Amino acid sequence: MAKKILTTPIKAEDLEDIQVGDVIYLTGKLTTCRDVAHRRVIEEKRPLPVDIKDGAILHAGPIIRPLGEDKYEMVTVGPTTSMRMEKFEEAFIKETGVRLIIGKGGMGDGTMRGCRDYKAIHCVFPAGCAVVAATCVEEIIDAQWKDLGMPETLWTSQVKEFGPLIVSIDTHGRNIFEENKVLFNERKEEVYEEICKEVKFIK
Amino acid sequence: MTKDEAVFRMTDILAKFVAFTGKRLPDDVREKIAELAGQEEEPLAKAIYQTMLKNQELAQELNRPSCQDTGAIQFFLKCGANFPYMGELPSILRKSVIQATKDAPLRHNAVETFDEYNTGKNVALGIPSLFWDVLPERDDCEIYTYMAGGGCSLPGHAKVLMPGEGYEGVTRFVLDVMTSYGLNACPPLLVGVGIGTSVEVAALHSKKALMRPIGSHNPNPRAAKMEQLLEAGINKIGLGPQGLKGKNSVLGVHIENSARHPSVIGVAVNVGCWSHRRGHIVFDRDLNYTIDSHSEVDF
Repeated sequence: MAKKILTTPIKAEDLEDIQVGDVIYLTGKLTTCRDVAHRRVIEEKRPLPVDIKDGAILHAGPIIRPLGEDKYEMVTVGPTTSMRMEKFEEAFIKETGVRLIIGKGGMGDGTMRGCRDYKAIHCVFPAGCAVVAATCVEEIIDAQWKDLGMPETLWTSQVKEFGPLIVSIDTHGRNIFEENKVLFNERKEEVYEEICKEVKFIK
Repeated sequence: MTKDEAVFRMTDILAKFVAFTGKRLPDDVREKIAELAGQEEEPLAKAIYQTMLKNQELAQELNRPSCQDTGAIQFFLKCGANFPYMGELPSILRKSVIQATKDAPLRHNAVETFDEYNTGKNVALGIPSLFWDVLPERDDCEIYTYMAGGGCSLPGHAKVLMPGEGYEGVTRFVLDVMTSYGLNACPPLLVGVGIGTSVEVAALHSKKALMRPIGSHNPNPRAAKMEQLLEAGINKIGLGPQGLKGKNSVLGVHIENSARHPSVIGVAVNVGCWSHRRGHIVFDRDLNYTIDSHSEVDF
């Protein structure tokens, strides 16, 4: 099967055929964007200083090495827990027009609605694989909101075949983590009953 | 060796060791991941494990921290009461973190609370965290280093149960954390469970449980049995790598315990992510050191 590569700017129709569980890659611009940046855009009503309409964000806080003269090197850049941004993400998708959100672990119903209604997807980059991710970064082309410190600055990079990205929420209202959770919880109840038989230590 | 020279030497060794632990996982973690990876059959789970292994190789080759979140640094000390540099240790550990942050480099992960700014050095009020056990009659110092990442710290939970809830309640508490927060915390996880009276006792046990080598067991046969039951049970849930389903869920389950007040059972859960950056180094009184968490140490 040919490698599925999305290129920024991403159009809504580029996402139509993508389903949860697919593995894709990204080429183009990618901006790191996490906790405080989401809060500033949604709660503080501050405009994001980077145009990410039809673009891609990465829930991540990288390790950066300054090279002087406003130049930076991406040392490592893996995804952070996406669920922390769940509170803001639906409104964030609406506000910014972002099409691709990359992070770690699942997101909730708000993000699912945002992805379905405004045509975006959420993908998982295998977490803890930050050097693999860094080697997909060609160069850092912009840094905004540097007052937030290294992890939370909006670092915009030119990336090439950034991935593997596992689609966890598609534009059709499916959310692989929520589906898995149902299965995990069913199995958990069986496991709980089995273990309980063996741990009656207080008699 | 003068005291100044000794302090310089210990700071330098610890700085290099901390930086090193961010780049190479301990032997037991690497072996366990290879074992779990070999059991997967689904293409997605296999592909994730392949990316994980490739990442560890690249981290070595390019000499970079393997995960971008190099954590808030924590030290668990078993310090002999007669270790000659005990009084200097807090300053040595703090300076070693500053040096490692620059040399590795490590991500800046110390945010002062209330004032809400990142110090940019990985040292701040209470960071690095030091947890002391002072051992009478000994003159050496054992140090466990740990990079407490955000992802693996997030699932941390502690609660005081009523005795009526029993170990069944402990089981419920642990399993619920696995299927709620656990699946987002970079499985396969190392699960630490602490049992005692109040929350801080249980919580400290649950974290110290993560310092134990994978495959080790609690000396109490019932506790060891419960470790095995929980490990098999959580694996059966099948969180898989990254919570995207697979044959297993955990690297292991470790329980640490102490006695409890008759009216309560304090329980806590802490998890380590698959990228479990734990180190163990022992200094003798002359500052000769041995490292048993990692073979092939090259710094």
